Amino acid sequence: MDRILFEKTGKAVWMSHLDTMRLMQRAFRRAGVLLHHSQGYTPHAYVSMPLPLSVGTESLCEILEYELDSKLPISPEQLNKVMPQGIRVLRVYDSPIKTKYLTMLQAELTLYYDRGVPEGTAERITELFAAPEIKVVKRTKRGPEETDIKPLVYSASLVQKEDRILMDCMVSAQNPPLNPLLLVQAIESLLPQCKPDHATCRRIEVYDDKGNPFR
Amino acid sequence: MNEKLLRILPNVQKPARYVGGEYKEIIKDKKEVDLRVAFCFPDTYEIGMSNLGMRILYAIMNQMPGVWCERVFAPWGDMEEAMTEHGLPLYGLESGDPLTDFDMIAFTIGYEMSYTNVLNMLRLGNIPLHARDRKGLNQMVFAGGACMYNPEPLADFFDFFCIGEGEEMTPEILELYRKAKKEQWSKEAFLKEVAHIEGVYVPSFYEHVYKEDGRLQEIKIAEGAPERITKRIIQNLDSAHYPTDMIVPNLEIVHDRANLEVMRGCIRGCRFCQAGFTYRPVRPRSPETLLQQAIDSLESSGCHEITLSSLSTSDYRELPKLAEEMLDYCTPRKINLSLPSLRADNFSRELMLKLQQVRKSGLTFAPEAGTQRLRDAINKNVTEEEILETCRIAFEGGWNNVKLYFMLGLPTETDEDVLGIAELVYKILKTWRAHASNKKRGCRIHVATAYFVPKPFTPFQWEKQISPEEYIRRQRLLKENMPSKSIEYNWHAADVSRLEAVLARGDRRLGKLLENVLAKGERLDAWDEYFNYQLWLDAFADCGIDPNFYTVRGYEEEELLPWALISDGVQEAYLKAERKRAYASQTTPDCRTQCSACGANCLLKGGKCDG
Ligand code: SF4
Repeated sequence: MDRILFEKTGKAVWMSHLDTMRLMQRAFRRAGVLLHHSQGYTPHAYVSMPLPLSVGTESLCEILEYELDSKLPISPEQLNKVMPQGIRVLRVYDSPIKTKYLTMLQAELTLYYDRGVPEGTAERITELFAAPEIKVVKRTKRGPEETDIKPLVYSASLVQKEDRILMDCMVSAQNPPLNPLLLVQAIESLLPQCKPDHATCRRIEVYDDKGNPFR
Repeated sequence: MNEKLLRILPNVQKPARYVGGEYKEIIKDKKEVDLRVAFCFPDTYEIGMSNLGMRILYAIMNQMPGVWCERVFAPWGDMEEAMTEHGLPLYGLESGDPLTDFDMIAFTIGYEMSYTNVLNMLRLGNIPLHARDRKGLNQMVFAGGACMYNPEPLADFFDFFCIGEGEEMTPEILELYRKAKKEQWSKEAFLKEVAHIEGVYVPSFYEHVYKEDGRLQEIKIAEGAPERITKRIIQNLDSAHYPTDMIVPNLEIVHDRANLEVMRGCIRGCRFCQAGFTYRPVRPRSPETLLQQAIDSLESSGCHEITLSSLSTSDYRELPKLAEEMLDYCTPRKINLSLPSLRADNFSRELMLKLQQVRKSGLTFAPEAGTQRLRDAINKNVTEEEILETCRIAFEGGWNNVKLYFMLGLPTETDEDVLGIAELVYKILKTWRAHASNKKRGCRIHVATAYFVPKPFTPFQWEKQISPEEYIRRQRLLKENMPSKSIEYNWHAADVSRLEAVLARGDRRLGKLLENVLAKGERLDAWDEYFNYQLWLDAFADCGIDPNFYTVRGYEEEELLPWALISDGVQEAYLKAERKRAYASQTTPDCRTQCSACGANCLLKGGKCDG
C-alpha cells in the first residue's frame, strides 16, 4: 500500500477531513503525480485516510493511502513544496500492513484554565478516569446516546502546569474509534467544577495491535 | 494566530475560511511594505474566492513591490456573533491584522444585495462608515466592481469609486496614494488628484439637488472635478496580467475549479442585461494565450476541472480550435473541461454533448421569455426551433434533464407571453416523448422564473418594474398552466428583486436607508437564512423613503438620472433607440453580423470592435 505520513498543524487544523482529501488529490497533481482514477463519468482520484481527523485537532501522525497507475518515486520534499501552511509530509513509503491493524491512538489534550487550575482538579480528573465506567452523551445519527467510554480509554496521565493541564492518553483508534475530545466532554459533564475554559487536542502517534507505531 | 480567534474557531461553521494559510497565499515582510491594502469582498469566503476579478486584482496589487494586499471576507452569522462577543475586529486573512492597520480598504462589489455587507464589514472593522468622518489619508475606502456603474446608494460611505476594469487603474491609484502618504498630503489634496485618474469617481465632488417631487434636479460639480467619468478598459487582453498561480482554497468554494476568461464583452445585446452593455466593447484573448494560461493554472493549482468563462462563450470565434486543444490536454490527464453559457447553435450543441457538464447536470437554456415576440423585444436571439432541436439530440443521446430560465415582468409582457412559457415546456415534453432513447427514469424539466429588475446602462433603464402583486399573479398563472405536475417550477421571491431594483437605480438618499437597516441587524441579504424583508420595510418607513419611487414609478427619458455623469462608453441615444425597437418587437443584429454603432468602440484606441 502506498502511503504518506504527514503532520497537520497550525492553520491547517481547521480543514475538514473531506477538504484534506481534496487537498491531497490536488497536491499530487501539483507535484506532477497523476493518481489512479476511478472509471466512469466523473473519474476521481483514489485517496483515503484510515482515521478521519476532526476539525481543530492537530496531528503529528496522519496517514494517507493513495494509488498510482504505475510506480514512480515521490519524495516528501516534492510534496512539501506544494502544500499549504501546516501540512508537512514526513515520509512517503510502501507498507504491507493493512489499516485494520491500526488499533491505538496516542493523543495529548491540553486543558486551559484562564484563572489558573482550580485546586484539586488534577486529582479529580485522575479519579474520574480510574473509575470503572465513564458515561458520556454522544451525538449519533440516531440522536444523543449515553455510552460508557471507559473500555476505549487505555490510559490517561496528567501533568499540571500553571494555567493548564496536559493529559497524555491512549485510546481506541478503530472499532469503535474514540475521539479523545470526548475525554474533555466527560470532564465537563461529570466534573463541572473542573471545566476548562478551552481545550485542544493533538494526535501524537498511532499504534498497531502489538504496540508498535503503525506505518 | 490570534488567541481570541483560536478560542472562536472550534465553535463556528467551516472555520477554515477564517484563517488563510492556503497554498499560494501571499505573505510579505511588513518591514518591506509601505502600503497595505485590505481587499474586501462583501460576501462569504466561498463566494469571494470564486470571483475572478478579485483574484486578478489581488495578484496585480501584490505584484507591486512594497504593496501588500490581503483578503477580507464577510463572516457568516455565527462568526460575526463570536467576533463581537470576544471583541475581535474584522481582520485581513494573511496577517490577521485588524482593518484599522491598513492604509487603504478596497471593495469589489458585484451585487446590490451585498451593500449591507459592505457597511457591516466596515462596522466590524471599526472603520467609521461615513467618508466625511474618516479624516486624513488613513483607511481610504474605495470600491470597484460590476455594480459600481451606479454607486450612488453607497456615495456617503466611499471616498472614491473605480469605474470599469481595474487592472491598470488600480496600480495608478496605489502609486498616487503612496506618493501622497510619503509627502503627507491632506485627504482633500489626494482626492482632488485621484479624481483625475481616468475612471475614478469621487462622489463628494458632486452635489445632488432634488426637486420637490423627489426627482433629481441638478448635479453640482465641484470646481476642477471632471464633468464626466468614463469607464476604464483594458485595450489588449493578451498583454493584461493574468495570474496563473492563484490561491488554492483549503475548503470547497462555489466555483472550485480553474477559470479562464476567454473574452470580455458580449456581441449579443440582450436588452435587459447590464453586463452585456457595461462590458463592451468585445475583446477576445488569443487561443494561444488561453491554452498556455490553462496549462499553467492547472499545473499550479492541481485542479481537475477548468472552465472557460465569459458572458457568451460560444461567441468566442476560436472556440472550436481552443476546445479541441484543451480537450487534447485535459482528457489524458483526467481533467474536466466545462463551458458555461453556451448557446444552442450547431457547433455548441455538439460540443455541449461531448462535455462532462451535460452528462452530470443536463441541458440548460435561458430563453428568458416564452414567446418569440417577447424574445425579440428583449433581443434574446434564441429560437424555439434551436431549443427543441438541441433537446431532441440530447434526448436521443440518453439525457433526460433540462433546465430552463425565464424572467417575468419584462417590458411589454402580456399573459400570452407568460403562458408561452408553459407551451414551450409542453413542446419540450412532447419532444422527449417522441425521441427519448431512455424513458425509464422519466423526463425531468426544471423551470425557474426571476422577477425582472430594470438596470441602469441598459435600454430598459427607464422602465417600470411590475409590482410584487402583479409578479406573483403572473407566477401563479404560469404555475396553474404548467403542462404536467412533474415539471419542477421554482420562482425567485419578489422581495429580494424589488429591493434589488431599488438599489440598482437608487440615488444618494438611500445611504441613510442602508445605515438604518444595518442598525436593525440586517446583513447577508443574499442568503435566505438571514434576509429579513420586514426590516427593510421598517427602514423605508423610518427614513420616509418610498420604494415605489425607484421601482413601479419608472424614470422619464428626460429625467436627470442619478448615474448621469458616469459613462460606460455606450451612448444614451443608442439605449433610447434600442428601447424603441424593443417596443416594436424589433431585434438588433449582434455585433458580429453588423455593428449598430453603440459608441463603445470609442474606448478602443483605433476604434475597432472585435464584434
Ligand atoms: S461599437 Fe458596434 S460592434 Fe462595438 S459593441 Fe457597439 S454595437 Fe457592438
